[in-house]
Amino acid sequence: MELILIYSFLIIGLAISIYKDRDKTKKAFFIGGKILVKMLPSLLIIVGLVGLLLGFVPPDTIGFYLGKDAGFIGTILAATVGAITFIPSIVSIPLAGSLLRSGAAVMTIATFITTLTMVGTVTAPLEIRELGVKFTLLRNLLSFTFALLIGLVMGVILI
Amino acid sequence: MKKDAKVSPKELVILGIMAAVFIFINFWFPSQANNVYSVSLDYLQEMALIIPPVFILMGLFDVWVPKSFIQKYMGKEAGFKGILLAFVFGTIPTGPVYIAFPIAAAMLKKGARLMNITIFLGTWAAAKLPQLMIELKFLGASFTTLRFVLTVLSVIIIGFLVELIMLKKQEQATTSNISEINK
Repeated sequence: MELILIYSFLIIGLAISIYKDRDKTKKAFFIGGKILVKMLPSLLIIVGLVGLLLGFVPPDTIGFYLGKDAGFIGTILAATVGAITFIPSIVSIPLAGSLLRSGAAVMTIATFITTLTMVGTVTAPLEIRELGVKFTLLRNLLSFTFALLIGLVMGVILI
Repeated sequence: MKKDAKVSPKELVILGIMAAVFIFINFWFPSQANNVYSVSLDYLQEMALIIPPVFILMGLFDVWVPKSFIQKYMGKEAGFKGILLAFVFGTIPTGPVYIAFPIAAAMLKKGARLMNITIFLGTWAAAKLPQLMIELKFLGASFTTLRFVLTVLSVIIIGFLVELIMLKKQEQATTSNISEINK
């Protein structure tokens, strides 16, 4: 179902692009391929990591640390890990998906994805250089707080 | 901005270690090894399904909405249109968020509102379209939709708060800077 949606989106985009400019569309394939080649190692690494994680760590253990019973501490932990690491979302979201299916709480996973993308500790020096200390600090602190709120609301709505 | 498409050697080394681990677990942990293999294989299949649309769309966006285009149009519009534009330009791009910082800085110099810049950065980081597609595949429609809606709301509130607090600080410091930012 999700795949049908994703592929119809692709077909529409592709049709418009081909209709408007064939050469540009060719270039788009080339650029997409280049990004893929660049990301392929990290994609394969995450495939391996997920296999090892789910193969060795029983769902009970994942549930214990990241599940509902771990409560807010699990969520805070996931939020902090998300805030201080810098993993491309194409790699981290599949990982988050398998954690969710193995018993992690919605609240924790939603918070993790949101801090991972919105809060950037690793990229903070770059942000400070371009936009200043105050702005960077303010944006990241607010993003962290709101990530927890997003997780909380999602945990309540989606069970 | 460096723009090389080279694979990083560090990642290749990690990948090599991963491959070695996959071979060794067959001997060291034979009971778990099969489980690991089948999970990884399932995963690889799921990945393979999502990779073509995501990367072709990344290429399409890169070709049709280049960074220079975003820089040209962002910052010009104010009010609701400005917010909308910040939002649209935030969801379309494909690169990591640090690519957006210089664009945001350039927009600020051109007189864009702080609120719009924060919205632009927030959506770029957390609500990019290719990312949403992956999320749709691996976390499902209700999860993705809900997180998207909540993220959009949060990003707008964060933008509002950042502007409010930053301008207040500027006011305390000097009055000349306000006109600089409000321009």
